[in-house]
Amino acid sequence: MLDLKSMTRRPEFAAFVGTLFVFIFFAYFGWPTFVTSLVIAGWLNVAAELGLIALPVALVMIAGHLDLSVGSLLAAGAMTYAIITGYFGLPDIIGLPAGLAVGTFFGFLNGLIVTKTKLSSFIVTLSMLFGLRGLVFGVTRLTTSTVLVSVEVSEMVRSTFGGRIYKTFENAIVLWVIMAIVVSWILYKTIYGNWIFALGGDETAARAAGVPTDRVTIWLFMGSGFGAALLGVTQVALFGSAQVSAGQSYVFYSIIAVVVGGVLLTGGYGSPVGVIFGTMTFAIVSQGIYSTGWDSDWASLILGLLLLVAVLSNNTFRRLALSATDKAETPKAKPKPNQAPSEFTVTKEATNE
Amino acid sequence: MNEKRTPYISVENVSKVFGGYAALNDVSLEIHQGEVLCLLGDNGAGKSTLIKVLAGFHQPTSGIIRIEGREQPISSPRDAAALGISTVHQFGGTFPLMALERSFFVGMEPTKRWGPFKVFDRKKAGEIVVREMQAMGITRITDGGRLVGSLSGGERQVSAIARAVFFGAKVLVLDEPTAALGVKESAHVLRIIMQAKNRGLAVVLVTHNVTHAMTVGDHFAVLIHGMKADDFAKGERTRAEITDLMAGGEAMAELEAELAELSGAGKPSTSD
Ligand SMILES: Nc1ncnc2c1ncn2[C@@H]1O[C@H](COP(=O)(O)OP(=O)(O)OP(=O)(O)O)[C@@H](O)[C@H]1O
Ligand SMILES: [Mg+2]
Repeated sequence: MLDLKSMTRRPEFAAFVGTLFVFIFFAYFGWPTFVTSLVIAGWLNVAAELGLIALPVALVMIAGHLDLSVGSLLAAGAMTYAIITGYFGLPDIIGLPAGLAVGTFFGFLNGLIVTKTKLSSFIVTLSMLFGLRGLVFGVTRLTTSTVLVSVEVSEMVRSTFGGRIYKTFENAIVLWVIMAIVVSWILYKTIYGNWIFALGGDETAARAAGVPTDRVTIWLFMGSGFGAALLGVTQVALFGSAQVSAGQSYVFYSIIAVVVGGVLLTGGYGSPVGVIFGTMTFAIVSQGIYSTGWDSDWASLILGLLLLVAVLSNNTFRRLALSATDKAETPKAKPKPNQAPSEFTVTKEATNE
Repeated sequence: MNEKRTPYISVENVSKVFGGYAALNDVSLEIHQGEVLCLLGDNGAGKSTLIKVLAGFHQPTSGIIRIEGREQPISSPRDAAALGISTVHQFGGTFPLMALERSFFVGMEPTKRWGPFKVFDRKKAGEIVVREMQAMGITRITDGGRLVGSLSGGERQVSAIARAVFFGAKVLVLDEPTAALGVKESAHVLRIIMQAKNRGLAVVLVTHNVTHAMTVGDHFAVLIHGMKADDFAKGERTRAEITDLMAGGEAMAELEAELAELSGAGKPSTSD
């Protein structure tokens, strides 16, 4: 039997409803343009590119952190690739992995700073966003004396990272699918997925249970660094050039996609499937607007409202999920005023000293 | 009493100073297997601090810990786990937004082979958690996929204890496990403490509830301002004496008289 009630309790359900809603909305107002393959390719391409960042960022957020630095990580990865191949003329086989490695390295740095200093990831990655942007600008100008570097992309890279299928669908869609499988696998099938949920639920309790919380945090930031750099090099492969200012908008796009995808801002809850829907919702709104004939500014308004509704419904769904499934409950536990619910806060402070 | 046998854990002259304030001051205790040691004391007496020393969260400023007679520092929660010391904080060790079968196994996940990969065996996890919870008398739980946050306080407490027992804890440390529970659920948790003790585990129980302490305790230690004020076996003190000790040594009767006087003096002014 199809269990409707338990289905609506799944974290991805609201995200699915959101995607369905915006799809029908734009299919109606954008008819018949919205259902042409060109428009579908348009939003799928946007979703695929954003998805490469949103999926690993979702893992970071489920673990209770934020990564605001993805914009600069993207630029760093793209620029590294472009400078090595386009400026120094070295082969793609060196430039492209180097770009990925640079993004991953700065992600590693994010994780290291967060775990060593115990500062909030919000501040650490915000510093990284600005600091690394400055570094990318500076290094690019010093070496190439420009801010835009062109690349002669090899056939091999074009047919894998860059390029389009039937001249419309970007190869990034394939990368997105692979990324989705890998991220879902990690979260659902491996023991690390359990650690990620536990880390986002209660870091101190996770550590007490034997989860190597610092190591997991560092790996997750490396993941989002890799995802950002992957999009960076993919865009270089697609457009044949890299710009120092590329990617900054992905900082907020990725958070919107993840939150609209049902991940709780407080961590501990969420699903990659939901994030895929969230990413599609974002892409449909931002691209679908062009098939309506309306001014494209309205897309921002819709996205803003969607984000607000998503946060509200995430909280509602969390409450639903937490409400006991069976009605016959014994007397409710009464909290005693002088007990110490802040036990863990005390511990946290203590372990910092 | 045969005090000759070696305790599983001995805490010897342990002090813990936080920025000049001694939360624990020269405390010595013995923790025996098959016994329930109740830690009593007023708010801020240092009970939780002592427990965190045992759990590897705090390092003593001075003093040592012995395990089965051998000196053994407990320098991390991992160390404590390896020594068989399992601590259950209030609602701690459980993750409200995780499924019970996930939460129960955090850090100790069962795995199975899947081609070349080792994957989390969720089915097995679900079976084990339902079986263990049922064995502890929580028969309402038939689905390991239920979120921990949807369980009652008592059920969560029981699941944390079940986890410790399942993973072979030798010492079960419980910080106020009944503090937020109703009468029925408290009784259930106390029954499980007795079960654990009968299986040969050492239990350290922190509680403010004298009745709960007297029901399950074999040995009692009272902390006042970080110092051990008293240490006695079951039957060596009366209920009134224990209550006095827990109120920080101040006679409860005095306090009651004081309260009566206060409420008596307060009446005329509120009557019009
Ligand atoms: N990490 C810390 N840093 C500074 N002081 C601390 C720390 N942890 C505990 N203390 C202090 O040590 C004293 C003992 O605290 P503890 O938590 O052990 O009390 P308790 O006996 O568990 O009290 P309760 O019954 O209220 O839980 C308190 O005065 C507390 O403020
Ligand atoms: Mg306490």
